[in-house]
Amino acid sequence: MTIKTAALAAAVSVVAVTAASADTIKFAFIDPLSGPFGPSGEAAYTTFQLAAEKINEAGGVNGDMIEVTGYDNKINPKESLVQLQKAIDSGARYILQGNGSSVASAIIDAVEKHNKRNPGEEVLFFNYAAVTPAFTNERCSFWHFRFDAHADMKMNAITDYIKGNEDIKKVYLIGQDYIFGEAVAAAAEGQLGEKRPDIEIVGNELHPLGKVKDFTPYIQKIIASEADAVITGNWGADMQLLMKAAGSSGSDIPYFTFYGGSLGAVSSLGEASIGQLHQVTEGITNQDASDEQYALIEEYKERFPTYDYYYHRAFNTLNMFDMAAEKAGSADPIAVAKALEGLTMEQAYGTVTMRAEDHQAQQPLFISTVSDDVKYGVDNIDLGWKLVEGGEISAEAASAPTTCEMERPE
Amino acid sequence: METIVFALLNGVIYGLLLFMLSSGLTLIFSMMGVLNFAHASFYMLGAYFAFTISGSSSFWIALFIAPVLVGLVGAVVERYGLRKVHANGHVAELLFTFGLAYLIEEVVKIVYGKTSVDYRIPDLLDFPAFTIYGASFPAYRIFMLFVAIGMLVGLWVLLKKTRAGLIIQAALTHPHMVGHLGHNVPLIFMTVFGIGCALAGLAGVIGGNIFVTDPAMAVQMGPIVFVVVVVGGIGSLEGAFLASLLIGLLQNFAVGISASFGEIFGFLGLSTTSELGSITISSLAPMLPFLLLVLMLIFRPRGLMGEQEL
Amino acid sequence: MSNATTTIESLQPSSAAKFRQRTLPILIFAAVIFAIPMTDPSRTMYSLMHQIGINIVFALSYNMILGKAGLLSFGHAVYFGLGGYFCMHVLGWIEDGVGPFGNYPVFFLPLLGFGGGALAGAVIGWPSCRKAGTTFAMISLGVAELIAAAGFMFDSLFGGEEGISGDRMNGPEMFGLSLGPIDEVYWFIAFWTVVGVIGMFAFTRTPLGKLSEATRDNPQRVQFIGYNPQQVRYLVFIIAGGFAGMAGGMAAVNYEIFTPESLSLIPSGFVLIMAYVGGITYFAGPIMGAILLTYMQSMMSDFTEAWLLYLGLMFVAIVMYAPRGIAGIVFGFVDGIRGGNAGAYFTAWIIRLVGCLLMLLGAIVLIEMSVRWSNGYGEVFEPFGLHLGHTNVLTWILIIVPLVAGGYILRRASREEEEGAA
Repeated sequence: MTIKTAALAAAVSVVAVTAASADTIKFAFIDPLSGPFGPSGEAAYTTFQLAAEKINEAGGVNGDMIEVTGYDNKINPKESLVQLQKAIDSGARYILQGNGSSVASAIIDAVEKHNKRNPGEEVLFFNYAAVTPAFTNERCSFWHFRFDAHADMKMNAITDYIKGNEDIKKVYLIGQDYIFGEAVAAAAEGQLGEKRPDIEIVGNELHPLGKVKDFTPYIQKIIASEADAVITGNWGADMQLLMKAAGSSGSDIPYFTFYGGSLGAVSSLGEASIGQLHQVTEGITNQDASDEQYALIEEYKERFPTYDYYYHRAFNTLNMFDMAAEKAGSADPIAVAKALEGLTMEQAYGTVTMRAEDHQAQQPLFISTVSDDVKYGVDNIDLGWKLVEGGEISAEAASAPTTCEMERPE
Repeated sequence: METIVFALLNGVIYGLLLFMLSSGLTLIFSMMGVLNFAHASFYMLGAYFAFTISGSSSFWIALFIAPVLVGLVGAVVERYGLRKVHANGHVAELLFTFGLAYLIEEVVKIVYGKTSVDYRIPDLLDFPAFTIYGASFPAYRIFMLFVAIGMLVGLWVLLKKTRAGLIIQAALTHPHMVGHLGHNVPLIFMTVFGIGCALAGLAGVIGGNIFVTDPAMAVQMGPIVFVVVVVGGIGSLEGAFLASLLIGLLQNFAVGISASFGEIFGFLGLSTTSELGSITISSLAPMLPFLLLVLMLIFRPRGLMGEQEL
Repeated sequence: MSNATTTIESLQPSSAAKFRQRTLPILIFAAVIFAIPMTDPSRTMYSLMHQIGINIVFALSYNMILGKAGLLSFGHAVYFGLGGYFCMHVLGWIEDGVGPFGNYPVFFLPLLGFGGGALAGAVIGWPSCRKAGTTFAMISLGVAELIAAAGFMFDSLFGGEEGISGDRMNGPEMFGLSLGPIDEVYWFIAFWTVVGVIGMFAFTRTPLGKLSEATRDNPQRVQFIGYNPQQVRYLVFIIAGGFAGMAGGMAAVNYEIFTPESLSLIPSGFVLIMAYVGGITYFAGPIMGAILLTYMQSMMSDFTEAWLLYLGLMFVAIVMYAPRGIAGIVFGFVDGIRGGNAGAYFTAWIIRLVGCLLMLLGAIVLIEMSVRWSNGYGEVFEPFGLHLGHTNVLTWILIIVPLVAGGYILRRASREEEEGAA
């Protein structure tokens, strides 16, 4: 059997092209690249690769080239730690991860321990999508930077939009029954109570994670409650199935979601999603932008036809790293981390600032909904995302206070 | 009142879909003693085949062709895979189907892509049938109801009223005797396995567009099918039918109950703010089938209508 | 054998055979463990070996119930997870210095994991061990689903999605190991792997171990000679749960984190595959399976994104053609070579190997080409400088010729074997 494996390894290792040279800055992308969550990891991975190529084409970081290597963690925290060790041993000093707060939590912990136990070999963790607020609050770490808005900030954007919409008087909350779903519901309740005390929360439902096949009974509960809007943090199959059931029920209640833009959600809903499905993101492809940004979106689609330009923050992440490393004049993680603190960058959809106290990126957020009159469709159909009126939420409005007390290295 | 009406409607329809999915497995399980882990994979294949066929022709053609194709795939799997493993015992057979489920999922990913495909409800049925309490009820669900009932009647006639059905029934319980009577038992096994898979395929054709057709759909449906078969009892299609309806109704009624443990067992001193007390019945709904499975196996191992214990 | 009656003494293995079959493998095992750090492995190798050590104990504990007691379980990760979770809580108490375990040495944490796993086994096993066969399998499936769902509901016990994390560098030090650097953890994992392997091997020699095999083969007879098969199954189940919990304890110290997905059906399925691919009829089988599959899981995804497909193919091939697993292949080979006609056996074996490799080659080209074609990124499979796109005739030649040739060779080989046997 060992002969077979060795032969297999030999045969396929030729495929893996790893061009390592002295002046490459290695980024390790640790996320699922196979199995049920493989597509969401791959969509981000391809974006990071394009972002790295763009930086390298423009002369690199202080003349050095960026190389992003994928490590498949099968969305399992323990496996992620093995892959993290592999990445560090191969010379990576920057870790990119986003799928799953469980994995992010494990990596934050492991990176802290690694940096404490192996001085001189520090590693930075750039989190591009794990949104648990704690990571930049009570659990904040000097080694962790988050380039996505966290759950409370996204909720801030949603509630800010609802505040200006007098038609909404009753809100229904539905989410997955675990720590994230609970946090989303609590944030919605708290913020609505503050911004619009007249709004009545007519339902607060939690369902088990990934176990519900038919959401029709939940939808009928929502309709029976006469809600004017629904807020959900659902993702993955729970998101798609919820919206599918909502679409076939014929109701036109707007759904405000965190992950309505995730792969396949719009196509599985079809026309029923128009004006009904809303999402909050740091930018959408159909927004007014420069010609370069449009060219970039088109290039991505042409190179990776399965996916859409969704992870704009992948560009933000690597471009801010580029800026910070050039400011610091080195790619040493501690120097880069210090340079990143308080760094401000103009990007396609506004200004993004890396807040120094908690390493949480502050950026404008946008509420958009599905429309059939758009420049770029998603999921390879004609429907796409369009900004809603009053859907631009400034960075200040989206911002959330932090309780972070960061320990900094000398 | 409206909660009850909704729960009844949805429960019956979901239960019938479950029955379509699990009736084939009941046949296979009772005859061959194999818990087919790949059964939900055939459900997935049905949805994907229907997606391809309805893309190039129409949904109505797919409704007939796709299950036949899935049945053929099933027959091939039985003939060249399962039959070979049979000599190594039930555990090996079960593990074979376990591995097969993995393989089918990976191959589907290569052929159809890793994300969901756009498999739609046919336009002819894409309208609300009626509206009650402000929620419209899609016509397609009524159509599902008729397909499921049609299948149930067809299966019943086949098994109880035809000669072939009698032989199959005999082979379920006394394969050796049927063999001695001169019937080709391996052929019967292959046919039953094929039919069972075709039924799962049919469920895929009409379930794939109401839910999501993606490579993970088999994994999501997998365990619940076993629950139906075991709760219904071995060798009993009636049992599987009852169990499907029971599970469909149980889940849908539970969703309607927002009361928490704390409210129900408050007299025992359980507070609604404690971790246990704050769990609501509706949040437990999807777990109820598994609870039912465990309790059933402990207290009544032959299931609702089974003739023998597992 | 001409003499039909043999005395018990003559059936007993000679002391040389005892040494060869029992002591020697353990000595070799220990020597390998001591030799590994001499080669100055990288930290990646260390973390891979730690994972292998944990999986060896886990897979062996699974084989106690599948291979020895004949109970097919789909929920063995429940005991691994509960044992591990208990250890994570203890780790937290050690850090705070509170509770009855406030001063417990971290090094001996797997003992508590054993206790936790055994306790869980005792509670859950009570209703589920009354029947063997499909009933048992289905109960284990239902229980696993319920416990995994509970893992996400009770945050104070399981920490929600993020799980519970801790720090192993607390409490009293044992043997001068702070357990901080990864090479110190190695000795911890090595120690407990050896304890687990010896413990479970010793268990197979006990009367209970023998009885469990008897219960697997013929429960009625066990009842006739005065034992209760239900009780035998129950006791074995508890001990297997204990060893699984011990593996969980090792994982708690190694990873310093436990999340609810470690209770779910996925790790339960994985341990089943490890044990079966390795070979459930041999004691060493699960060890081999754990080594191979852990390696594949962590390393193969670097080479190919279709690693799950290869894993599935390998599993199905083993179920169909080598039901005694890798250990069956290895020991069969050793026996064949030591048997009467070594030359002929070796030739037949080589022919088969060539057939397998040819089929593997065809399969690899087919899979790698298809995966890239399916992705649509314009990437092409380019082994050894070849350019194997789906429009290239050479690709299809490289797929069809090896598959057909390999299939033909294997078919002929098995036909010859049948004729030889007849």
